[in-house]
Amino acid sequence: METTRLIMVAVGGQGNLLASKVLGEAALISGVPVRMSEIHGMAQRGGVVESAIVFGDATSSIISDSEADILLGFEPSETLRALNRCSKDTKVITNTATLPPFTVSIGKGVYPDVENIKKLIKAKCASLVAIDAMKLAKEAGSPMSVNIVLLGALVQSGSLGFTKENVIEAINRRTKKAFLDMNLNAFELGYEAAQNYGN
Amino acid sequence: MHKLLNDSPGEEIMLLGNEAIARGAIEAGVAFATTYPGTPSSEISLNLFQMSQESDLYFEYSTNEKVALEVAAAAANSGLRTFCMMKHVGLNVAADPLMTLAYVGVTGGMVILTADDPAMFSSQNEQDNRYYAKFGNLPMLEPSSVPEAKEMIKYAFDLSEELNQPVLLRTTTRINHSNAFVTFGEMKPRQTKGKFIREPLRCVTVPAVARQLHSKLLDKMNKAKGLSETSDFNPVEGSGKAGIIVNGVSLHYALDAVEDLGIKDNTKILRLGFSNPMPEKLIKEFLKGCEKVLVIEEGEPFMEEAVKAFAQEAGLTIPISGKSEALFSRLYEYDPAMVREKIAVFFGVDYTPKTKLDTADVPQIPMRPPNLCSGCSHRATFYEVKQAAGDMDIICPTDIGCYTLGFLPPLNMGDFVICMGSSVSTSCGFGQATDQKVVSFIGDSTFFHSGITGLVNAVFNNHNFTLVILENDITAMTGHQPHPGVDMERFGLDGFGRVNIEELVRTLGVEHVSIVKPFKVKKSIETIREALEYKGVSVIISREPCALYAKSMKLLKPRAFKVSDRCVDHRDCINTIACPSFYLEAGKVKIDADTCVGCAVCAQICPENAITPLKK
Ligand code: SF4
Repeated sequence: METTRLIMVAVGGQGNLLASKVLGEAALISGVPVRMSEIHGMAQRGGVVESAIVFGDATSSIISDSEADILLGFEPSETLRALNRCSKDTKVITNTATLPPFTVSIGKGVYPDVENIKKLIKAKCASLVAIDAMKLAKEAGSPMSVNIVLLGALVQSGSLGFTKENVIEAINRRTKKAFLDMNLNAFELGYEAAQNYGN
Repeated sequence: MHKLLNDSPGEEIMLLGNEAIARGAIEAGVAFATTYPGTPSSEISLNLFQMSQESDLYFEYSTNEKVALEVAAAAANSGLRTFCMMKHVGLNVAADPLMTLAYVGVTGGMVILTADDPAMFSSQNEQDNRYYAKFGNLPMLEPSSVPEAKEMIKYAFDLSEELNQPVLLRTTTRINHSNAFVTFGEMKPRQTKGKFIREPLRCVTVPAVARQLHSKLLDKMNKAKGLSETSDFNPVEGSGKAGIIVNGVSLHYALDAVEDLGIKDNTKILRLGFSNPMPEKLIKEFLKGCEKVLVIEEGEPFMEEAVKAFAQEAGLTIPISGKSEALFSRLYEYDPAMVREKIAVFFGVDYTPKTKLDTADVPQIPMRPPNLCSGCSHRATFYEVKQAAGDMDIICPTDIGCYTLGFLPPLNMGDFVICMGSSVSTSCGFGQATDQKVVSFIGDSTFFHSGITGLVNAVFNNHNFTLVILENDITAMTGHQPHPGVDMERFGLDGFGRVNIEELVRTLGVEHVSIVKPFKVKKSIETIREALEYKGVSVIISREPCALYAKSMKLLKPRAFKVSDRCVDHRDCINTIACPSFYLEAGKVKIDADTCVGCAVCAQICPENAITPLKK
């Protein structure tokens, strides 16, 4: 089976570890081999959290620089920072809602302009889908569902080799029952937003 | 029921490496487990801790790794299957019992897990603990994948019982923190009570006994070598004249690389999973068929040096390489592309790596370092010590925990840290060697771990410094584990004792002890100032629960603050305490009401009294 390498970058607390669990479950349901690796040492202290997910036949569980097939960024400046993980063939999906790092508030850096981030990524990579996942998450019922909105966008635009239904089943299995409706809603909103992106 | 206690052989489930290891221990019938938490090993013990509450498994968070290993050594010498886990530097703390426990051996299966951290994702060094196996004469196993880690720990218990020897299981972060599908196996019943049978000629290591034991140990290791020669964990894959010897996660990078480079048909790969003692015959046999051999291992040239020695003995002059300028580094971790490239270089295969993106036009992206949480009491304490010290020339030895982050600007509190507990003992040295004022910081858990002995030393040798003990009622950094000062009823658990830090410090003979509540800024500064003026050893205990923990346990009701229009924008708040709840909007300081917990420290600092509760 073709190997697809997905990198997810997020800021601690954005729920990307749950997102990778859902993707893992979806892979199990779809019979796709998968290995994932995550670095979450200081996640709760507001640092960057990165997950690498390798679908298909390759046996490594991490992804080298320039070798991500898909980059899913939960925060635009983090998506930009992860460009070293991409090549001209990488599909990029990013949230456009910003979470400026604290260094910006204390004057140790300037947050890059989001339009410029989009322009740069678009020029360098194979494709870009940029959506305001925060807005959609709030629409779905809670800012906490940003991760699931982005999963929706990922499933719509990525080539992960499993169906929307399987991912929905995985959300069913892996997320808390109390939030199921909200999450399914969030997933749909992300899916649609990616579908309509650029139209 | 805990998901890892499910008696459902054949169930396929996605597990974190650390969960797979915990499950493997359960399948092996582990009855007794001890640890001191440390990333990347922490989730193993967390899961065992949870399972111990639902089963007859005995689990304890011990005071430090030496204690954990000694407690476990007794259980293993009472015949129980015993598991002791720690991060790599923890094994340094436990090295004293480790070296002689190897002589004494065990009667029940005993596995000691060391979680190494190449690239230092959350550690102060990247020491390669495979040398402990060699140094201490311990059989060692090293998994290459998550599912294998589960199988390996089961074998490790069997091996330990076969040899009556503790077995070292060595993982790296990429095993501990990877996820993969794992299939549940049968669970062996647990034997939870054992019997110690007196055997002074094995268990009392006076010199005359130890001399005998050392010789017996070498015999055991000889036997282990025989097992390693034929172990399924040392497989050879493929055939051909190009040879690769590999361990751990690098196996998969190598397998993917020979596939990608199209050299699979003339390459053979020996993976050493049972890597101490090394399978000498197997390696010599492997080398004989090769024209060239590449050794791929993160860390030090542990295998490479042994392989070269074996080749010399076998009279082989083929090129064998691993660590070199053109090939592999002893630094950090490896990755698939790096391994692919080095294999191509060594075996002379054409290969063009993926072209890097040109990022010359990408603007500088502001750094996102980890930061103390909003409302973290450490921030308040650091600020207050700084204010109290004024323009004194101070040295701040610090220690290992969330509060190490205090060294970052704008707090800049933290000048020296080498290992757990070192804040206290290095304060003794700095106080003696300089005329500077020494103020050091240590967390409560770290104080119990290895700060106490330093403080005893300080009292006895009459040193001169101020120690701030940050008592936040939890081991915060590694994910909120208990420690001896914690009220276990908060965890819903009874039957635990509790050590009071203040009483302990006074009993040790510290004459100047003061308590501060760090969220009372003015009062704290006064108290700290007085402690700093004391000549001799003074201790300040700064008491406030970890905000993140208190929030998650609903012990704290966040009550957000806001910046009112009295703000005149001199930004003392942001610039001095750097709480992550501050942000700038159109150049104005704002407070994020979703993350502010209402510690009110900034409100007490603001000279304009511009920071006020959001709701009255
Ligand atoms: S986890 Fe607790 S101790 Fe650590 S930074 Fe957060 S509030 Fe402070």
